[in-house]
Amino acid sequence: MNMNIVEMTATQLSAAIRAGETTATEATEAVLAQIEKEDKKYNCYVTVDRDGALAQAAVVQKKIEDGELSGPLAGVPVAVKDNICTEGLLTTCSSKILHNFVPTYTAEAVKNLQKAGAVILGKTNMDEFAMGSTTETSAYGPTKNPRNPEHVPGGSSGGSAAAVAACECIYAIGSDTGGSIRQPASYCGVVGMKPTYGTVSRYGLIAYGSSLDQIGPLTKDVTDCAAVLTALASHDTKDSTSVSRDDTDFMTALTEDVEGMRIGIPNDYLGEGLDDGVRTAVLQAAAVLEDKGAVVERFDLSLVEYAIPAYYTIAAAEASSNLERFDGIKYGYRTEEYAGLHNMYKKSRSEGFGEEVKRRIMLGSFVLSSGYYDAYYLKALKVKALIKKAFDKAFSKYDLILGPVAPTTAPKLGESLGDPIQMYLGDIYTIAVNLAGLPGISVPCGEDSGGLPIGLQLIGDCFQEKKLIRAAYTYEQREKKF
Amino acid sequence: MSKQYETVIGLEVHVELATKTKIFCGCSTAFGAAPNTQTCPVCTGMPGSLPVLNRQVLEYAIAVGLATNCDITRYAKFDRKNYFYPDNPQNYQISQLYLPICRNGGVEIETQQGGKKIVGIHEIHMEEDAGKLIHDEWEDCSLVDYNRSGVPLIEIVSEPDMRSAGEVIAYLEKLRQVIQYLGASDCKLQEGSMRADVNLSVREAGAETFGTRTEMKNLNSFKAITRAIEAETERQIDLIEAGESVVQETRRWDDAKGESYAMRSKEDAQDYRYFPDPDLTPISVSEKMLEEIRARQPEFRTEKMARYREEFEIPDYDIEIITGEKPLADLFEAAVALGAQPKKVSNWIMGETLRLMKEREVDASDLCFSPENLAKLIALTDSKQINSSVAKEVFEVMFAENVDPEQYVEEKGLKIAGDEGALRKTIEEVIAANPQSVEDYRNGKEKAIGFLVGQTMKAMKGKADPGAVNKMLRELL
Repeated sequence: MNMNIVEMTATQLSAAIRAGETTATEATEAVLAQIEKEDKKYNCYVTVDRDGALAQAAVVQKKIEDGELSGPLAGVPVAVKDNICTEGLLTTCSSKILHNFVPTYTAEAVKNLQKAGAVILGKTNMDEFAMGSTTETSAYGPTKNPRNPEHVPGGSSGGSAAAVAACECIYAIGSDTGGSIRQPASYCGVVGMKPTYGTVSRYGLIAYGSSLDQIGPLTKDVTDCAAVLTALASHDTKDSTSVSRDDTDFMTALTEDVEGMRIGIPNDYLGEGLDDGVRTAVLQAAAVLEDKGAVVERFDLSLVEYAIPAYYTIAAAEASSNLERFDGIKYGYRTEEYAGLHNMYKKSRSEGFGEEVKRRIMLGSFVLSSGYYDAYYLKALKVKALIKKAFDKAFSKYDLILGPVAPTTAPKLGESLGDPIQMYLGDIYTIAVNLAGLPGISVPCGEDSGGLPIGLQLIGDCFQEKKLIRAAYTYEQREKKF
Repeated sequence: MSKQYETVIGLEVHVELATKTKIFCGCSTAFGAAPNTQTCPVCTGMPGSLPVLNRQVLEYAIAVGLATNCDITRYAKFDRKNYFYPDNPQNYQISQLYLPICRNGGVEIETQQGGKKIVGIHEIHMEEDAGKLIHDEWEDCSLVDYNRSGVPLIEIVSEPDMRSAGEVIAYLEKLRQVIQYLGASDCKLQEGSMRADVNLSVREAGAETFGTRTEMKNLNSFKAITRAIEAETERQIDLIEAGESVVQETRRWDDAKGESYAMRSKEDAQDYRYFPDPDLTPISVSEKMLEEIRARQPEFRTEKMARYREEFEIPDYDIEIITGEKPLADLFEAAVALGAQPKKVSNWIMGETLRLMKEREVDASDLCFSPENLAKLIALTDSKQINSSVAKEVFEVMFAENVDPEQYVEEKGLKIAGDEGALRKTIEEVIAANPQSVEDYRNGKEKAIGFLVGQTMKAMKGKADPGAVNKMLRELL
């Protein structure tokens, strides 16, 4: 059989398996071999579950042969971000404090993939507790960008994005709190999507900012993105914020048709701080969609400058509380020597958490403390509501909003952590989407002068993933037409 | 003591709700299971787990709020109370601060002076209980049992409206009665399903402002509450009289020693960094839901008393006592429904039941004998198969072990001999053995018959109906 399995998309590979051209086991072995060969260079994985993956592959293969499984993910190996719980498989959040944590249950999103016939390869590296934009805050070393290993893959789902780009998995899942799927997808040249808040169950996702977190796909193309999102989406009664939707067959949106689609480009997203190369690529992408029949115009979204402070206030506040359970008592890292309970808490947490996590815990504790709650946390919630209103207004006029994912392409390793404020500002185009609970997708739209990928971001109104997929798919087809 | 002082008391009452499952997960709330067997990722705070509100908790909280004249908050939220302690697996407790489910209520109590007063209820909020820490002195370690973690509680916060231990007990009895009537909790102080913290301050009689208050914890019985209030009042007055000041602090009551000691002062008070729990969506209470809960509200005591007066011919005093505790009223009604005569059921409750409850310190909610067995016991006496002293003896056993009185009487041979032949034979023997008394009776000495009845009863080992013996004796003489 003359085919390169690792380079296939999920849709292609599952078709090949169904056709008997290869098997789930053969595919899993091929991807494991690729990991073996490449991961020393890129460090995409914290844990590779070789034996577990092969065992799952055998079971799935049998089900495919018995006709029990036939979808686009059946038999396809997937990488899972290390903040998503997998029963019996180490789940560290790339933190020392969870260095030995093995969950007793599997996240609902992963269960949904398993139902669709996924083979879990292992757990991908990330910024510690998803706090960071470069995957450099991981306690297990940084992941490197497969497009240029001197550069970061983005973050926090950097391991997942890099694993897709390096063909160390067929597709991956990540989580997005302020851009953590879309930005690394953009930096690594893959497709990444953050669904509408409530579309994918958060049960089993180790929380960072609970009101903003969403699990989503990182894939090689838009078709896979639609297939993975279709499998991930479900109404889960174990998650109070889960939404019941009846429009989750996203494959139906894979049509090349943007005729009459109204697309707005916020002037606010093209202003100061945006790289020329990125601006050019994004505007060219807009021109492609216009060429295909979309109506594209510029508008003022407003309030963009308030998104970052509001986001870092809310996310840090929630994180400071969410991360309290990591105390060295029940699981995870406990300091060696301590004098009494409170000393044990302090030492375990001081030693177990990294710098960026501690910074955000302190920031979050501060904004929630008595006397500051109204001035910071409550005010940030008001800003969040205003941002949602600004988007509501925009979506009364436009079907989609188009812009860059990030102001620049992937920075070099070691350039970002020294200046956290600069790093936070890099999230400017992605975080408003989380604050408003909207869906957003990142699609590759070219390269900068150094050959690093650039991402196009499309943002939809709540529950309008299908419009996103339709536009992204239409854009993706451009090369075939040229 | 030269000055007159007034005690000002407010209560924080925690009530464990009688739901089958926990507040945010499906684990059982049953009491007494092996440690950590009623747990799941949610109630042990495992990473990635999420809470989902048990609707029954909300319904009970609203029902209690309606029964205590509260305003029901139509848009309520849960908040996180952040503090580190190992009994709390997430290191935050899900509670309500900003928008509690019920506010601005109150209940009427009777004061010791015989008057009535309203004790205001500031708010009622829902929250989760913590786990239980067990300190192993031998191994020098602490263990935690999360079976109780996530058991639903409501906290009822009163206004500082009470002025004496008597009023506090009256208020607690009133709350317990209402909540028991609702079936929302069994409210057992000893088992901790009802816990009261006492906020107390003293001030000179007539003063406008409140004094500095303390909060007293670890009060496990009405007796302990009364004693703690008296001791704390005295302690605060002594401090003031001595020119010292009361420190705002939390104190722990040691009932064995009859004194309290300081646990933590206000300066040590933690900043709980409350904020709305993003994992739980806000609660919208619809008019429809309120109406449904209102429609399901049970017959409360006042209505029950009125109905008893109408339906049963029993004294007002009995009605008051029996309806005072829901389990007594349930017992009464069930036994009557089984055909027992109301007055007789009432007599058993007012007499032997209350006597044994007091003697053995048993709560009404812990009564173990069934209404069926009480009805059977009454039937046995009605049909004169046992006499009243035997009935009391059987009742004591029933009270302790819920035995079936019919079976018990049979097994122990306590039945009055229904066999006329045996009785006749015994009486003939008694007549033959006591010629002098027979002679006296025939000569008109009525008293002699009493002696002969006694002799017969003795010969029958008490298993005879004295009336029947009397009758047959007269016949044979």
